[in-house]
Formats: sequence, structure tokens, C-alpha cells
Amino acid sequence: MPPDTIALLDAKGIDAGYGTMQVLWGVDLDVRPGETVLLLGANGAGKTTFLKSLVGLIEARHGSIKLGGDDVTRMRSSDRMRLGMTYMSELAVFPDLSIEENIRVGAQALGHADPGARVEELYRLFPVLRDKRRNPASSLSGGQRKMLGIAKALAAEPRLLVMDEPSAGLSPLFVKEVIRILSELRGRGLALLIAEQNIGFLEVATRVFVLEGGRIRFSGTVAEMSGNEALHRAYFGLK
Amino acid sequence: MSPEPKPILNVAKLVKRFGGFYALDGLSFHVASGEILGLVGPNGSGKTTAINVISGLYAPDGGEVTLDDASIGGVASHRLVHRGVNRTFQIPKPFLSLTVRENIQVALTYGRAEVTPPTMGELLEEYRLAEVANRPAADLNSAQQKMLDLTRALATRPRLLLLDELAAGLNPAELDWIAGRIQALAATGMAIIVVEHLMGFIEHITDRVIVLNAGKEIFEGKLAAAVKEPQVIEVFLGGEHAA
Repeated sequence: MPPDTIALLDAKGIDAGYGTMQVLWGVDLDVRPGETVLLLGANGAGKTTFLKSLVGLIEARHGSIKLGGDDVTRMRSSDRMRLGMTYMSELAVFPDLSIEENIRVGAQALGHADPGARVEELYRLFPVLRDKRRNPASSLSGGQRKMLGIAKALAAEPRLLVMDEPSAGLSPLFVKEVIRILSELRGRGLALLIAEQNIGFLEVATRVFVLEGGRIRFSGTVAEMSGNEALHRAYFGLK
Repeated sequence: MSPEPKPILNVAKLVKRFGGFYALDGLSFHVASGEILGLVGPNGSGKTTAINVISGLYAPDGGEVTLDDASIGGVASHRLVHRGVNRTFQIPKPFLSLTVRENIQVALTYGRAEVTPPTMGELLEEYRLAEVANRPAADLNSAQQKMLDLTRALATRPRLLLLDELAAGLNPAELDWIAGRIQALAATGMAIIVVEHLMGFIEHITDRVIVLNAGKEIFEGKLAAAVKEPQVIEVFLGGEHAA
């Protein structure tokens, strides 16, 4: 990393797991301000476990996590969110609340009495949610629920948005729409860390990390990844 | 060209409403034994609702679902399993505290009595679950949960299998592998309906696709032809024709 670029997120030597099963072994990963980083790996490689340890849904057993220079390794998930790191997961949607209530819950971290302007901004990005604003989240299709998860995570105006497979279950049109939205957000300075399998996300990425068996096997720029034929074939197939 | 085989499943003018919202609005299609039919369309177009009605999770509000000419609209899921219809879910819901092996055993016990079941060992090996056979289902990662969901469906010996986004979240190597498994199942005569958004995967494994929009079919045929249809591009694929 160039010395003049201070990492927004800096995870070093992360070990994590469940019970007696260790999943991650000394994982290092950093995200710079405004950067989009892709995290790749086969199912079972530890991507979701790593993302959960970053946002505080599981505790790292070893290593340190810094966000904007603050050590958040032992911090609660809600405090990490207040410091500007939110997690997008379709499972984090409350099915019995309306779509608008879900977004307002996401906006609570802002501390505003009325996050209405933020909600309107998100409806502009996700018009399908505006059309259904008063319906319960349980009435949404799987793909729409995923979009609500993205909107809810964005409602807190994060500096870093951590996303677990945002394209899974989305139609090709919506995948393009999500990539367009993420490009727009990136242009405004939002940093993104995305675990993905969809090659379309390379368009918005600056760097790539590859996890294998709970260890980082590769880290580098998109160009370096594309130049590595074996890696490219393994994670994105042949063009 | 051989004559088109007789459909095992016929869906005619199917309607499903939620309040005033028509999730299915006169949907019609069929699938034959040994055929892999793709059901594709925008998010919210009714694909999963169609699977839910066919598999007996929802009763239809209109139209007909027939299996080998017998009406099955409104027949409960557990009864349809005994008649050879089963499915997977976008978000699997196994018995979390039971082991993988125990989950499959429940399905083996419950399946169609007149058909010889696959063995536990075959299912565990073929779907890459042998290493985790004795772990609680709660310990599995998302791809393993999907494979367990599939093996539970297969353990009941279906003639008609409905797959709801089985491939979502798999990487290219995993997609190639599961595509091969699905094709091998179809080669045994099983009729398979695949709901999926990954177009390369759909093109690779399906014989035919139905494109849905707003609860109706807007295209039926080969995916290669569907991707040239302006309406399909506009509502589903995006691109230069999209609004």
C-alpha cells in the first residue's frame, strides 16, 4: 500500500471459526477509502465467515480489525455500524415490517430524528421498493428482498459497505442495475467490499482477494487477476 | 424428428392472487419426462409462486395443474411427494439440529414406496456431503445446505423435480458439476423445472425456457431465441433495448 493511502479497513491475521472448527487462518485484507474490493473463493473457502468477523457477527479469535484507524476487533456490531461499516444480507431484512420500516430501521444509525430525505434518495435508487413501500417485506420476491437488504444497509450512510453475494438470485437486468448503482455510489466515495461470483462485478472492482481453505491465496489488482489464467478460469470461467 | 413426448405436468391458465395482487395471471406451460425446462424472468415475475403452487405449498385461485392428467391443484405438498413431486427452496430449511445423514434418512423414509430408493451412501457421495454426513445441518455452508435440500428431495424419488435457484452462489467449477448432475437426473426420465437467473447455466442445461413477466408467459422456446426478443430484453436481460 502506498504510504500516503491510509486504509479505511485494515484486517490483519484474522483467525475465526465455529466451535472446534477453525475456518480462517491469519487472513490479511485492507480496503482503502472509496475503493471497491472483490473477495473471491469457492463455497466453503471462508468468505462469509470473514465478512461476519469484520462486521462483528462472529468474533475473531486472533488478529486485529481497524476501521478508519480505530481498533474495532472487540467492538459490538452496532458500534461498528455507527463508525461507518454496514453489512448487506438479505437475511437481515425483517419480514413482518414494511419495506419503508425496514429502511428506517437501517437509517437509525444516522441518529436523525427524521431520515425521510435518505429514504427518498434510496427510493430513487430502487424504484421497485417505492412502489411497494407499505407492503410487508415478506411479500417481496427473493430478489426484491435482496435489494431491500442493500437499501437498508445503505440507509445508514456507511463509509464501507460489506456485501455477501449481492447478485445471487437477481435477474440479469437487476444485476446490471445493482452494478450501476454501486458504480454511482463509488463515485461518491463509498468503499465496497463484495464477496461475489459474478464476473460483471470486475467492472467496478479495483482489487481482488482470493480465499482458499481459509487462507488468502492471491491479492492484487483486477488486471493482475485477469492476467493469471488459472485463477481467472477457476473463479470466473472462460470468456 | 421423434414425436414430442406426452407431458407429465400441464399448467393451464393458472392464477394465484395475494389480496388484489395477481402473482400468477393465467400462466400456462407443460413439461415432459426427461425434459429440463427453464423458468426465467425478472425478480417478482411469479417463478417461485409457480413452483409453490405446483408443489402444493399454495392452492391456486384459478386454472388447472395436472400431473399425468390427474388434477393436483390444491393437493397438499406432503401428498404430492407420494405422487412423485418434490422441490428445493431458495433458502433451504433442513432440520437444523439433525445431522445431514438424519435429514436424508427422514426423506428416504417418507418417499414413494413403490420405487426403490437410492442408498444413503450414493446420495452422500454424489452430492459431496460424505465429509459432513455426521454434522448437524446447522453447521453447513450455504452451498452444502443447497445440496442437502436437493438430496432430501431426491431421496423421496420424484418424477417431477422443481429446483428454485439451486445454482445461485455457486462458482463456475461448482456450476459445471451441478449441471452434470441435473442432466444425469433428467437422463433417468425425471422431469425437471429449473428456476434460475444465471443465463449461461440455463443455456447449458435446458431444452426449453418459459420467460415470465407479471405472472404470465411472454416467451416459450430456446433461450438463444429468447435473448433476441425485445420484450425479454426490456423486462429481464437489460441491454440496449432496455428502458
